[in-house]
Amino acid sequence: MTAPPTTNGSRVEMPSGGEALLEARHVVQEFELRNFGGGRGGVVHAVSDVSLEVRAGETLGLVGETGSGKSTLARTLLQAPRPKSGEVLFRGVDLVKLRGRKLLEARRHLQMVFQDPFGSLDPKWRVSEIVEEPLVAYGVGRRAERRRRVDELLDLVGLDPRRFGSRRPRELSGGQCQRVAIARALTLNPALIICDEAVSSLDVLIQAQVLNLFEQLRRELGLSYLFIAHDLALVKQVSDRVAVMYLGKLCEVGPAESIYREPLHPYTVALLASIPRPDPAVRRPQAADAIKGEPPSPIDPPSGCRFRTRCPRAEERCAIEEPPLRPLRPDHLVACHFPLSQAGDRASVAAGPRGALPDQPSEGSGPTP
Amino acid sequence: MSAEQPTLATLGGSPSSTSKLDRRGASPEGVPLLEVQDLHVRFHREGGQVLAVNGLSYRISAGTTLAIIGESGSGKTVSARAVMGLLPETATVAGSIRFEGQELVGLPEEELRRRRGSDVAMIFQDPSRSLNPTMRVGVQVAEAIRAHLPLGRREARERAIELLRMVRLPSPERRYLQYPHQLSGGMRQRVMIAIALACYPKLLIADEPTTALDVTTQAQIMELLLELQGQLAMGLILISHDLGLAASYADEVIVMYAGQVVERAPTRELFAHVRMPYTRALLDAVPRLERPAHSLLPIVEGQPPDLSRLPIGCPFAPRCPRADDACRQAPPLEEHEPGHWWACWHPHRDDGGER
Repeated sequence: MTAPPTTNGSRVEMPSGGEALLEARHVVQEFELRNFGGGRGGVVHAVSDVSLEVRAGETLGLVGETGSGKSTLARTLLQAPRPKSGEVLFRGVDLVKLRGRKLLEARRHLQMVFQDPFGSLDPKWRVSEIVEEPLVAYGVGRRAERRRRVDELLDLVGLDPRRFGSRRPRELSGGQCQRVAIARALTLNPALIICDEAVSSLDVLIQAQVLNLFEQLRRELGLSYLFIAHDLALVKQVSDRVAVMYLGKLCEVGPAESIYREPLHPYTVALLASIPRPDPAVRRPQAADAIKGEPPSPIDPPSGCRFRTRCPRAEERCAIEEPPLRPLRPDHLVACHFPLSQAGDRASVAAGPRGALPDQPSEGSGPTP
Repeated sequence: MSAEQPTLATLGGSPSSTSKLDRRGASPEGVPLLEVQDLHVRFHREGGQVLAVNGLSYRISAGTTLAIIGESGSGKTVSARAVMGLLPETATVAGSIRFEGQELVGLPEEELRRRRGSDVAMIFQDPSRSLNPTMRVGVQVAEAIRAHLPLGRREARERAIELLRMVRLPSPERRYLQYPHQLSGGMRQRVMIAIALACYPKLLIADEPTTALDVTTQAQIMELLLELQGQLAMGLILISHDLGLAASYADEVIVMYAGQVVERAPTRELFAHVRMPYTRALLDAVPRLERPAHSLLPIVEGQPPDLSRLPIGCPFAPRCPRADDACRQAPPLEEHEPGHWWACWHPHRDDGGER
């Protein structure tokens, strides 16, 4: 039921050609907007032709800012809702084509943990009922067996079943709620857990506890993760590979170390430069290192490269021709006409257009460069 | 920025003539802008008291940035609201809060309100909840100006547009007429900053000002805050859970736990020589780009104490790897090294051992 346990040691060597557990192929997700009165109000291009894979036994980090489409992509992978087009292969089977019972059966191997630990648990239920519910829904085992399994799971996530089993969510702290959500996600022995900002609302010490729990479960159960967050430092720390998303498209996908040491896409460079380090000796992030303006609307994304309206390296070609996601280094792909290839390149982008900040920063809307 | 200078001067000039409390230029040398001493805040609830702030002391001078760092429930926000006089009636405030030497604790609501906004202003984490969704953003800025200055509508409007330009809201004349939902999160926070600056405050309290924003927007907003602080010679209190923000932007850092200060030092000193085990634990738990994938984080177990049942002695002792019998007595916050204060019986040495 679980993925091949390649995860015994403390450090896992992920072969770059590991077997794909979950694979998105050219996935498109769009939402139609309605104006008052029911008229058509445009289309939100939330996910536009995204292809990526989560390999067996690995953690793939997916990082992006508000509106990048990362959460929509996660839900689309689970067919909630189904994509407008494209394929989602789980162990080689296209979930988009599955219906009813067959989809349910496949989906039990894919579980999700959300950001808001209180909002994702029914406040009226007891902890043991919350964790047991998926077993009931899938008709697994008899009552006594299910209860034993619930106790086992609560133990596994570090909650004493006797103390916590009969509590309700409001009697728990944020970290404890998140542990319950994780126990619930583990109930059906999933192969993959999708964590959507699963630790983002927790205080840093509690966040560390939950991150360690994820790591311990990965080692013990051979789990794979799709770990979604806006915080690149967090994502980098837990992931074997990292995918960077901007306005519905992937900018860069590659091994976490490689993305951090030698980022190829100007957006990744800007993200890295924007993180304030807990060390006053490191130069603090400057607005100029980051990127100018605000992200454009996904209703009317820029032509060509979607990042070009805020990109320090953009040229005419970027408005005309969309850059394809192509490999530049082993297992490291980038979608950019002018990727950073040399160390000097990176330094110049990080330094940015210093000095004069424009009086009116670019609004970054509309397709005009 | 030269175009804004005259506006800033008039904005700064007018409130001094209208506010009775204003002692700008009159305060003697050496009096800090804000001095908080032994501040206690308690909330009365059914079945007991919540001890939210327990003996907080700090001072901040004009033109400097003080970061107050702590987790949820550490008392960082409650203490800031006490300074603003924004606590609910269930709260009891004891101790002293002096602004330019004048005591604020016990001041009548009327006078406190006059201080708020003209001398001390605050911005909050979630700009969309602090703005009125049914009012044009420019009008909200203009109202904030007119609440403190005797100006006509048109004058207030002009000043509001100047302020919106000052916080670098793109095309301020057009944005003036828009509603909050038409702006991005970053733009809304710029509007909130414009409202806070409407009367040229001497002290700005920013409570998690960038927590709801994306990291690239965060860099823009922090840069803006620091630049405005320099221009207006404001004191800035930055309340955050993010040690990275404190390290990058503050002159001095206070670390709070369970309503108390556990460590306090100039920023460089603090991060170079962490003494208090709680500060150490916080720093160790921050996700870092340098750490290899799948490494376990050094963690402390347990949770912060229940503020209605604080443990006797050091509040961090139940979770502290260094705690022993000595910790049953509360360690005092003392200046053990020049400028570096901590409250701990077993502080770290630079080599990681115990001092």
